[in-house]
Amino acid sequence: MQVSPSSLASVAGNREQRVPGTNLIGSGLETRGVHAWFGTKHVLSDVSLDFAAGTVTALIGPSGCGKSTFLRTLNRMHEFIPTAALAGEVLLDGKDIYAPGTDVTKIRLRVGMVFQKPHPFPSMTIGENVLSGLKLAQLKKNNTDELLESCLTRAGLWSEVKDRLREHGGALSGGQQQRLCIARSLAVEPQVLLMDEPCSALDPGSTFKIEQTISELAKSMTIVIVTHNMQQAARVSDYTAFFLSDGGPGVMVENSPTSKIFSSPTDKRTEDYVTGRFG
Amino acid sequence: MTTQVIPKPGKPWEVSVKERSKTGSLIVLAAILAGALVKLPDLLDEAVVKFPDFLPWDVVKLPNIVEALTGIDGKLGFAISFFLIATALTFFRVLRTSDIRAAKDTLLSSFALLGIVLTLIPIVSIVTTVFIKGYKGIHPGLFFNDMALNSVNDPIKEGGLLHALLGTTLMVFGALLISFPIGVLTALYLTEIRGKLARPIKFLVQAMSGVPSIVAGLFILSSLVYPVTKELSGIMGSFALTILMIPTIARTAEEMLRLIPNDLREAGVALGATQWRTISGVVLPAAKSGLVTAIILGVARIIGETAPLLLVTGGGDALNANPTSGPMGSLPYYIWKAFLTGGTEEAFARAWGGMLVLLVFIFILFGLARFLSGRKVG
Repeated sequence: MQVSPSSLASVAGNREQRVPGTNLIGSGLETRGVHAWFGTKHVLSDVSLDFAAGTVTALIGPSGCGKSTFLRTLNRMHEFIPTAALAGEVLLDGKDIYAPGTDVTKIRLRVGMVFQKPHPFPSMTIGENVLSGLKLAQLKKNNTDELLESCLTRAGLWSEVKDRLREHGGALSGGQQQRLCIARSLAVEPQVLLMDEPCSALDPGSTFKIEQTISELAKSMTIVIVTHNMQQAARVSDYTAFFLSDGGPGVMVENSPTSKIFSSPTDKRTEDYVTGRFG
Repeated sequence: MTTQVIPKPGKPWEVSVKERSKTGSLIVLAAILAGALVKLPDLLDEAVVKFPDFLPWDVVKLPNIVEALTGIDGKLGFAISFFLIATALTFFRVLRTSDIRAAKDTLLSSFALLGIVLTLIPIVSIVTTVFIKGYKGIHPGLFFNDMALNSVNDPIKEGGLLHALLGTTLMVFGALLISFPIGVLTALYLTEIRGKLARPIKFLVQAMSGVPSIVAGLFILSSLVYPVTKELSGIMGSFALTILMIPTIARTAEEMLRLIPNDLREAGVALGATQWRTISGVVLPAAKSGLVTAIILGVARIIGETAPLLLVTGGGDALNANPTSGPMGSLPYYIWKAFLTGGTEEAFARAWGGMLVLLVFIFILFGLARFLSGRKVG
């Protein structure tokens, strides 16, 4: 796919720009020298990135460059894989989430995650799915009906499912299931939301709805999204970080405002990638 | 306004009636041919073929040739020749109308069908035999009386199996109460915690499922009954059955938990749940119907056990609702006793009646479990 950088840059320029720092809802996230391994395989090398509060950052790059692995280090899902290892620091509001004595469940409550494939909990209804986080993390909430409606509304799903909250989540279409999963992560009120290629299994219509949802959510939280779709990165993100692996561990090549990445990238390799010369 | 013509909904992919009748006639033809192959020799038993004079043979009895060549005779002979002829006929018909690949396909279908029939024959035969022979031993008093004052040789209307039904229910339920949590926790250790001991434990569980039931009974007898309680009782029966039940439940539950996609566990953990909350809130509910299967297989493993119960419960004939004290009867023991200690018509009728009750009891349990597990999830 040959895309001229200027067209992507204009896509990036068209969206409403948020000025980082003026929107202090949500929490800032910062990584310092993050390395990751699976067994002895070094998959990610020395990534230092800043995610300012209330911004949307897109992570782009070819498959196998470590961007999903990097994303999973941000809420400690990385360690869920038995062979995983890590070095470096991830600071949430200035505190290292890997510091000894940190309650990992509290970190994951504050840093929510949406996965590539939607997977509503099969034993629960749509309504129960949305509120499942409260039950699983044993949070007490009054007014769960209100929360249910607000989460589904923010995920852009309320009008479609308000009459079928008692049906099982599996009855929804793929796009609806993914928005249900987004609503589910919103119910525990995270300050940061990580999205791992949330639209890769969805049709353009559902993708469009989820992108609208992302723009809406960005008003109240920090979002990091991994995507293979450069138009999507241009449409939804304030910043874009380009990852690349030359056979060895993946590295972060460039991190710039999205409009800059797609118009005048600093690095030659970024330019080659965003113009579709490889990848 | 143009009226749109809506075509009649059809199923063009289905086999047409004409094709069906052709297949049907082929089957009938196969049956006739097979019947001829088996029966013709008998009909022609005395038929004699007169050969022309210039041949060295004189007279030959036909059936001897056919039977000597094929060895086919009787019902089994008919079944085998029917299957072979029907398979060959359909094979060559498909070969003629289509190609060799399609013909091979029908060959496979034929053998699959044969497999189903071979599987069903013993099951159907057992169930029908038990029903036909067992209903004579059934009367309402069976469910209200015990055998405390009766011998197995008494008239069938006297005595009953209430004590055996109650004993089996109590002991199986007791064994289930102990085995299910232990089995599921073992499965959780193997699939969720995956600790260092997972491999040896998995090996031990597999080895344990090979323990002969008499060994389980002797183990309880020597480790609990003689040194501790010094009394035969129902709960000792439950303990012996538990030894047999745990491996079945643990292995089945492990298989079922492995079917739950890892994505679900990740989703639970990513919502800020602890591992235990994820297991109890997401993984186990998703595996619900699988766990019911584990229970069914576990109960099926032990419900017919006779040997260990004989050793540790004493096999009572009187109604005993207290599992902690005194001999307790059970259905397999009731059947065993009626068969082996009686020898009269009444005793055999009792035994078959007991089998029928046990069979129906198992059906009811399984139906109940399926009903309770609800719709299939995951």
